[in-house]
Amino acid sequence: MARVLTNNRAGVFCVWLFVSINLVNSNNGRRASDGLEAEFNGLSVPLEHSFELDDVAKFQLRGSLMLKTGREPSVSLNQNQLSEEDRTKLKEVAAVDGLYRIRVPRVFLQADKQTEWQTEGHLTAFVRACAMVESHLSDVITLHTDVSGYLIGVSIVTLPGACRGIEVEDEVDLEVFNTTLSIMAPVNAPGPETALFIQRMEQEFEKKGKNPQEQKSFFAKYWYLILGGAIFLMVSNSAQPPAGGGREQS
Amino acid sequence: MAAICLKVKEKTEVTTTYFLFLRKRSQTAAAMAKFYSYSLVLMWRQQYVGKVRFCHFDGHMQSSKKVLLATESNVFAALNTRTGEVLWRHVDKTGPEGNIDAFLQNGQDSVLVVGNGRVLRSWETNIGGLNWEVVLDSGSFQSTCLVGQQGTVKNVAVLKKTAISLHYLSNGHQKWIENLPDSDTVDYQTVYSGGNGEVYVLGVVPHSHIAVVAFSVDDGEILKQSSVEAPWLSSIPESCQIVDQEMLICVDSTTMSLYTLDLTLQLQMNQIPLQSLELEVDPDFRPSLVSHQPNPAKQPLSEFFLQLGPDRYVLLQFNSGQIVMLRDFKPALLVSFATTGEKTVAAVMSPKNKTVSIVFNVLYYVAPATQASTINLYNAETGRRLLDTTLIFTMDPNGGKPERLNIQAFLKKDDSVGYRVMVQTKDHALTFIQQPGRVLWTREEALSDVLTMEMVDLPLTGTQAELEGEFGKKTDGLMSMVFKRLSSQLILLQAWIAHLWKLFYDARKPRSQVKSDISMENLSRDEFNLQKMMVMVTASGKLFGIDSKTGGILWKHYLENIPSNAGFKLMVQRTTAHFPHPPQCTLLIKDKDTGLASLHVFNPIFGKMSHVTPPALPQPILQSLMLPFMDQDYAKVLLLIDDQYKVSAFPSTKYVLQQLQEMAPTIFFFLVDSSQGRLSGYRLRTDLSTEQIWEVILPTEIQKIVSVKGKRPNEHVHSQGRVMGDRSVLYKYLNPNLLAVVTESTDLHQERSFVGIMLIDGVTGRIIHEAVQRKARGPVHVVHSENWVVYEYWSTKSRRNEFSVIELYEGMELYNSTAFSSLDRPLVPQVLQQSYIFPSSISTMEATLTEKGITSRHLLRIVSLPKMFLDPRRPEMASEQSREENLIPYAPELMIRTEWFINYNQTISRVRGIYTAPSGLESTCLVVAYGLDIYHTRVYPSKQFDVLKDDYDYMLISSVLLALFFATMISKRLAEVKLLNRAWR
Repeated sequence: MARVLTNNRAGVFCVWLFVSINLVNSNNGRRASDGLEAEFNGLSVPLEHSFELDDVAKFQLRGSLMLKTGREPSVSLNQNQLSEEDRTKLKEVAAVDGLYRIRVPRVFLQADKQTEWQTEGHLTAFVRACAMVESHLSDVITLHTDVSGYLIGVSIVTLPGACRGIEVEDEVDLEVFNTTLSIMAPVNAPGPETALFIQRMEQEFEKKGKNPQEQKSFFAKYWYLILGGAIFLMVSNSAQPPAGGGREQS
Repeated sequence: MAAICLKVKEKTEVTTTYFLFLRKRSQTAAAMAKFYSYSLVLMWRQQYVGKVRFCHFDGHMQSSKKVLLATESNVFAALNTRTGEVLWRHVDKTGPEGNIDAFLQNGQDSVLVVGNGRVLRSWETNIGGLNWEVVLDSGSFQSTCLVGQQGTVKNVAVLKKTAISLHYLSNGHQKWIENLPDSDTVDYQTVYSGGNGEVYVLGVVPHSHIAVVAFSVDDGEILKQSSVEAPWLSSIPESCQIVDQEMLICVDSTTMSLYTLDLTLQLQMNQIPLQSLELEVDPDFRPSLVSHQPNPAKQPLSEFFLQLGPDRYVLLQFNSGQIVMLRDFKPALLVSFATTGEKTVAAVMSPKNKTVSIVFNVLYYVAPATQASTINLYNAETGRRLLDTTLIFTMDPNGGKPERLNIQAFLKKDDSVGYRVMVQTKDHALTFIQQPGRVLWTREEALSDVLTMEMVDLPLTGTQAELEGEFGKKTDGLMSMVFKRLSSQLILLQAWIAHLWKLFYDARKPRSQVKSDISMENLSRDEFNLQKMMVMVTASGKLFGIDSKTGGILWKHYLENIPSNAGFKLMVQRTTAHFPHPPQCTLLIKDKDTGLASLHVFNPIFGKMSHVTPPALPQPILQSLMLPFMDQDYAKVLLLIDDQYKVSAFPSTKYVLQQLQEMAPTIFFFLVDSSQGRLSGYRLRTDLSTEQIWEVILPTEIQKIVSVKGKRPNEHVHSQGRVMGDRSVLYKYLNPNLLAVVTESTDLHQERSFVGIMLIDGVTGRIIHEAVQRKARGPVHVVHSENWVVYEYWSTKSRRNEFSVIELYEGMELYNSTAFSSLDRPLVPQVLQQSYIFPSSISTMEATLTEKGITSRHLLRIVSLPKMFLDPRRPEMASEQSREENLIPYAPELMIRTEWFINYNQTISRVRGIYTAPSGLESTCLVVAYGLDIYHTRVYPSKQFDVLKDDYDYMLISSVLLALFFATMISKRLAEVKLLNRAWR
């Protein structure tokens, strides 16, 4: 049983970026961040972001995530507006195709005590800064947990996701984050479905059993053919002897 | 229960149909046989045994043609000494459980101790049948020996850490077992019997004394027990041997002396300084002894070898308390004793000195680069050289140094001793040589341990390449192009004439002499690219180039100084498509402990070292990756990331570095640290340093990462979507950067254990899908291709193997149909999953490379499983629409059909990996399974749709065509005549 423990395995990806000059129907509809009104009895963790011209991460507070712990964790977000300074910086970073990064601390959502939930380290993700700008700060952040409730990963995408090189003129578009936030636990993979299959087979058998045509024996099914054949044989047999016999007699 | 009943019913139905169609079957049997013989041509299998640990020639008969081998791969086998073929072979469990600890040979019986003294087995050597097998009492195994009395061997003694037991050779029954005295302080290491009714057990208290216990063979009673001072001794098997009559001889390098101890008297060690014999040990060399006991029921020889240096042996004789030197062998590489009848000889291998080599250069062709050694026989009692016993062993320049000599001695008609020799070399090769140096056969046992392989297309022939090259080069004027064209046409004409001449020449020769074997010269690509070069990397550090059509070894290259725990990664940097640049393969050899790596660059067609000097790698290497772009010489760029997260490129020309700088922001890679459960993504910077851009951490206390599978870079997806029953298209989610991460729970309780599967985008670190299979356990095998992931696991709840398939679809519309970018794919794909029961266990899985289809295998056979059966869209109930799509209704169990076995009746042992490669024919995929054996075949996942059948009736089709042609001609003529007649009217 050769089990490959992939220590430090990696792959390489070259992303062939493309630029197309299509017309964009940019999504300007903006919803207010609706995280605030959610009832809160969990813990609050900082959501930090970083966008720098030299791409050296310098994380600053973007908002705070309110995580409701327990069986069915939920999450809401309370975040600040981008300052004037940050807005110009984000646009500059977007112009040199820099990265917009976010990070959240590693937390354990099932813990009862406040002291237990925090563990070492952060989870990070990124999106191209230009995509952030061109989508007018409309992003989708997903937090992923494992089976026991540890936060294992975070992902961020923008809607729309492409960088088409359009200028965002209106500074107001880059003020408020329009964030869709969700938390995902692993789904249970299905096992082989034997019960349904057996049920179906039984149904089919029952159907077969009900159908009297199937139950009939060979003779019951084809009695008329056999009878007909027999009569034909008898007729042809009885017809011959007189002729042959006549010849013999003569 | 219902399911089982149902199955039985199905089976009976099947048998009745078989009876009904018995006649039909017998008709098809002939066709089947024809198909079978046809398929035999296209496949081959090679059986190996592994690196030899113990070797005995079957010596009970003078005319025996067998050599028995016990190997480090836990194989016990017999080889035919005339041909080198495996006569029979027993493959035991892998790992320490099947490890062969000792091998004793007595007449026709072979006695093996297996699994650290767990089992004692006796094999019959003629046909390889098992005589008997007994399970021994627990305890770690130390030593074993045959015990004889009055000239016949009847028992075998097994020494364990705390006890010694004696077994009958005839049936394995235990005669007696005795505990060893003071076994908590004394380390018992050796057991010995000289055939006089006593069994001696020797133990040592390191740096203090030797403990000697003598047992009676009859009832196990302790006859004598004593301890003798020996403060210099730490290990008996390493420094002591028994010679003559119960005389223990030890050698010690610190005091530079021999010690003798009479086991019957057991008084004290008698020290004999080596200087008194006028001998001297090489500095920093640990001297050792070689003795010989021709018959276990009799005392050993009183002569023995003492090794004084890496190339110096002396033959000594113990004679009534005195040690006499018989002969000094310098230089001598290896020595060995051999016995035939009553005669015992000593064989000595020594490097051939210059004067002799000149003589033999005339007599036998010796390549100037090869090193040659001579083997000579000496009379063991006198040390005198036997006449006419010289044998030349020419070392393969691409092989390892000789490691051991195994001598098969026999008596000639004139009562002189003749011999053959099997030389074991460091590269695990066995060479069987006959006097005066004729190699009867060579076995490359390194191939029993293939770690990785690649298949490389063969080059075009010179003429083809010339034509190709004409188009490849830049145009330089009309006239020169015309000249080039003419010259290449001339070359073609020349080749054609040469071919004709060869045909004419061959036609005159008898047919048997016309050779059809493949050699280096006529290596060229065939019409459909079905014949390829298999480059195999073995654990011993030997590389092989094997012709995929015949399985013949075309080249081999032994890399010396490979660390024993090395990891290999073989990469094809330049394929054969870029004439005149030679193809280039790079092997990354990495020491798993230190992480230090080296590169070996070679030509995969000829095995030669490349002229390109690989860079020195002073830092431990974390990761290597092959980039899809090439340098100006068409070699793909290899990136190496060291532990400082610095990147170096090979080849690192100016052009490459410039390209790298330009592309740096679009080069991403990821690292997996399974010990910390950390997956992290990096991006290359223009100054060739890296920056971390994403991180996913799986807590190691819950689950551990067992495997990460990406997609193969060279796979082609033949359709973007699937046509549904209602004629709409369901588009596949084809992300080339997708990784399948498989985890297993650390909690192994059968109720709580689980297998996790996570699909992560390797560029952005985005978790696309995360699922857990509850009540499941590894080992998990994963195959990841196109838009699907198939994994196999063990269900602890139902106690069976199960398959699960995940397919990803974008939906009815493509997000962006022109190109795929991980950075711009905001929508999450639809995920479909279904599981099945698989009625057998799996060791390895691989996907075929041309078409859909999963090649999985179980212990002995290889199964090719159509992917159609693993489709999460298989419906519960067959509907009109699903029938339109050719979906098979869901059934929880995947039955293995007999026609899915691709290796027919050829058993393949211990398959470790399966390699698949596409061929020039779209229908055909080449499959190589490697492990202890190597097996090659072709599979046709969608039948041979692009090949005419062998029995295609060319006659019929051409005669029909001709007949039709003539018919039209005649009818045309007739019609003309008729028209003419009508016109006259």
